[in-house]
Amino acid sequence: MAILYIDNKPYEIPTGKNLLETCLTLGFDVPYFCWHPAMGSVGACRQCAVKVYKDENDTKGRLIMSCMEPVANNQRISISDPDAKEFREQVVGWLMTNHPHDCAVCDEGGSCHLQDMTVMTGHNYRKFKYKKRTYTNQYLGPFLNHEMNRCIQCYRCVRFYKDYAGGKDLDVFASKNNVYFGRAEDGVLESEFSGNLAEVCPTGVFTDKTLKQHYTRKWDLTMAPSVCQHCSIGCNTIAGERYGSLRMIANRYHGEVNGYFLCDRGRFGYEFVNAKDRIRKPMMRHQEVDHTTIIHELSILLKQPGVIGIGSPRASLQSNFALKALVGEHNFYHGVSDNEHDLAELAVKILNEGPVRTPSTKEVETADAVFILGEDLTNTAPILALAVRQSVKQEPSAQAVQVNIPLWNDAAVRGIVQDRKGPLYIASIHATKLDELAAATYRATPDDIARLGFAVAHILDESSPVVENLTDDQYQLAEQIARALLAAKEPVIISGAGCESDAVMKAAANISWALQKRNEQTGLVYTMLECNSMGLAMMGGHRLQAAFNAVMNGHAHTVIVMENDLYRHGNKSDVDAFLAACKNIIVLDHSMHATSSKAHIIIPAGTFAESDGTLVNNEGRAQRFFQVYEANEVISESWRWLLNIGAAMGNMRINAWKNFEDITQAIANEEPLLRGIDTITPSPQFRLAGQRIPREPHRYSGRTSMNAKDNVSEPKPPEDADSPLSYTMEGYRGAPPSSMIPFFWSPGWNSVQSVNKYQETVGGPLRGGDPGLRLLEPDATKPVLYFHGIPEAFKPLEDHIWILPLHHIFGSEELSAKSPSVEKRIPSPYILIHAEDAANLALHENEPLTFYIRHHTYSLPVKITTAIPHGVAAVPYGIKAIPCSELPEWATLKDESQINVYTHARVNVKQT
Amino acid sequence: MISIIRTMWLTFLHMFHKRATIQYPEEKIKLPARWRGRIVLTRDPDMGERCVGCYLCAAACPVDCISLQATEDEHGRRYPEFFRINFSRCIFCGYCEEACPTYAIQLIPDFEMGEYNRQNLVYEKQDLLINSEGKYPGYNYYNVAGLAVKGKDKGEGANELAPVDVHSLLP
Repeated sequence: MAILYIDNKPYEIPTGKNLLETCLTLGFDVPYFCWHPAMGSVGACRQCAVKVYKDENDTKGRLIMSCMEPVANNQRISISDPDAKEFREQVVGWLMTNHPHDCAVCDEGGSCHLQDMTVMTGHNYRKFKYKKRTYTNQYLGPFLNHEMNRCIQCYRCVRFYKDYAGGKDLDVFASKNNVYFGRAEDGVLESEFSGNLAEVCPTGVFTDKTLKQHYTRKWDLTMAPSVCQHCSIGCNTIAGERYGSLRMIANRYHGEVNGYFLCDRGRFGYEFVNAKDRIRKPMMRHQEVDHTTIIHELSILLKQPGVIGIGSPRASLQSNFALKALVGEHNFYHGVSDNEHDLAELAVKILNEGPVRTPSTKEVETADAVFILGEDLTNTAPILALAVRQSVKQEPSAQAVQVNIPLWNDAAVRGIVQDRKGPLYIASIHATKLDELAAATYRATPDDIARLGFAVAHILDESSPVVENLTDDQYQLAEQIARALLAAKEPVIISGAGCESDAVMKAAANISWALQKRNEQTGLVYTMLECNSMGLAMMGGHRLQAAFNAVMNGHAHTVIVMENDLYRHGNKSDVDAFLAACKNIIVLDHSMHATSSKAHIIIPAGTFAESDGTLVNNEGRAQRFFQVYEANEVISESWRWLLNIGAAMGNMRINAWKNFEDITQAIANEEPLLRGIDTITPSPQFRLAGQRIPREPHRYSGRTSMNAKDNVSEPKPPEDADSPLSYTMEGYRGAPPSSMIPFFWSPGWNSVQSVNKYQETVGGPLRGGDPGLRLLEPDATKPVLYFHGIPEAFKPLEDHIWILPLHHIFGSEELSAKSPSVEKRIPSPYILIHAEDAANLALHENEPLTFYIRHHTYSLPVKITTAIPHGVAAVPYGIKAIPCSELPEWATLKDESQINVYTHARVNVKQT
Repeated sequence: MISIIRTMWLTFLHMFHKRATIQYPEEKIKLPARWRGRIVLTRDPDMGERCVGCYLCAAACPVDCISLQATEDEHGRRYPEFFRINFSRCIFCGYCEEACPTYAIQLIPDFEMGEYNRQNLVYEKQDLLINSEGKYPGYNYYNVAGLAVKGKDKGEGANELAPVDVHSLLP
């Protein structure tokens, strides 16, 4: 700790930071543009000038840029010094000379850092009366809008896009006062993190194009803290609604999970909520019915024996639990394929019973050696990929620390680091975007990846099982990886369900356990396939195949399918047969899909924006998302529907649960692995100064007019029985508890940069601790029981091809793929094969390859690569016309006469 | 006694004063141009809608009686998809006019808006939009805003330089 005198007042501060961060942490308003807490300082914008004095007798002082100056003990500075103030006002005046007068048509207006800073520095009136510079804009794809006129040359965009996120196609062009930030030519921004430019840019050069299509000012949004539903990482988001439709997703800072950034799937995948084909009315055998009727009918129907429930990895814990309670424990099935089921249970078992801790995303950022087995993180868990990108800077930047360069001094650290990268090893099926950072990559089938992993584990610890018949190359690679992991202070092993192989996950566990014996800081990360895969696995339930058997064998005839498209998890013929055998198919969901189109009864469930719920992310962190708005009188959370039905059936246990609080407490009491999830947010009775926390900013407009078209008398705002948040603008105006911050705002700070005011230290945890509860903590004292059963090396089969799924950030996830902007980025169906296999089959690029899986014929255009192993093909996961639920599987290439070709399963390339 | 007679005398004299009461509605009152009456949406000199849907009027409104939704034509020009004023709530304070950066929303000297049915006081865009530039003839927001719209490309507005040639390194 040190003492810093700001305007002659002493403050106790931690050392090692720069003056700007320190002043902001202390609550002072120092204006800045180019500095970003995640990206450090470069001193480019000259906006954060303060005065520094030599000692207490120095009255003159000198101006310095506070972002470039480390704090020192007994340092004396002045923020309010007239010279410093004048300097800052002049700087913002210069930055504004070419800034256009277009705030009225700028999407950033109202949440604009530039607006805030000009007001903060006192540059209230524009003095520049000469001609303003203009630029032509570029088309940057479906996610971002470009308006270069507004640029103030802070360089944050390229520093984020290139240096932080590893993008290649955004750069700065031209010279002097003509610099241009954009692409070399018009085109879609390639980076998976491009959406963050809308938040990183302090003004409106890059803005959210999806928001622009239904534009609403920040002050007019009804916002609630939410959790991203599009992958297993569980990034915290803010979801904003206006006039009954969801308008935008913004980052909600979480010190451990997502930090300042989101991926494009999470940011732009929200539009499925507004889709026209949403299920909005209860339907019984193609007839619209009202709420009372459907509850009554279902309460009669479900009283009969033979009812089973199929849960979902994309539904909340509450919904799954309510279904389990309604149909009974023995009739509750996980709605995931048996393989997914096993993988998720394996992950829970390893993380819960093994000795190794699973680190948070933030901890992965600070890891100094990473070994990824089988996962293409950029596509399965994008924010984790962003963290791995930061981790490779760890080891080389240690040198900067040795020569007394603080790590926040970004330009200097990059000067020292140059192109050197820390140890990152990637074993994957196909080339991944992270390969460019890797010290070595290994492309192989999941079985071979697992063998490499087991080999590394054996080198680290002799007592782990030995791998037979390794080639010399494989052994050398394993040794190299083992050495790098041993040399690291905080090594992290990353694997997951992406390549659908338990052997790979077990190999990753073996490595981390072997490493744990030498280094207690070892971490093991598993990514899962869906947002609540982990939570569902922790809840217990039967396999999907067992559900199929129950109906096929006549034990059950009525099935409730909740928020699940079975065709994504079971193979087509099985699901077809199962649904055909069911007498009553009841689907509870928000969007139409193949399963709901076969349902006899459809119940409109709420999406994440219309629901309260809890998800468990891949780290085992339970996180609550809050309802953003009341959709209409019938759409409500799945769990609420199920509770209402249960109550109508006279189920005493369910009847006792009236709201979110009750059911969450029941889960905490009854599910041993989910103990404590009722404590992650305050109870609905919680009040601050006797008030609720408003979902709307204090300048929310149009209350007495927005509904006036239908009725000039204003309706009473809905009341929230499930949380301490209110649906109005009235309520407590100070900082709410960290687990329920509906939006970031602070006087003078309208933009997202106001998050500084909500953090304990800038870039650190939120005040009151980062939200969520980690449910899986390891027991380091437990003896290590290594996994055995090392798979055989993969051997290609003649006339056969081993087909594996490849994940795509856009398209592989069910809900985001329905979003129109994301839809534009979904790849068309393909099958990826090795160049030599293509030559053997005499196939050229884009020619159709016909293959057969379990009597079904598929034909997909070929993509040729040398980046996947021989005898293997890869198809995009979750994309229409791809049999992803059957994979991985051997496909035959020869049309055998006995193969029965189902015409309905044929995929016609010309049609797609 | 004297005061009563004085009062009656003064009242009697008023019979010969000029009348303050006018025979409304047969006779109309003359209102100053800056009278804050009915709210209208005006048009550009080119007769395009002036309102760009910036939401500032709605934010400035102390009774929250303005709601709108911004949208955009294919050339990037913004306009309100709907624009609604609930005059049964409006207090005619004129803050919306003050806040409007494009002179679109204006209060005019007309107050004859009485209705028997309160619902009829909800005005939609077609009720608000007039075919006039109102009090600020000749003003066109896009001419000074830097943005490109139909009929005005980058650099063609007032006080704008031609777009930067990114490929040039000339001083």
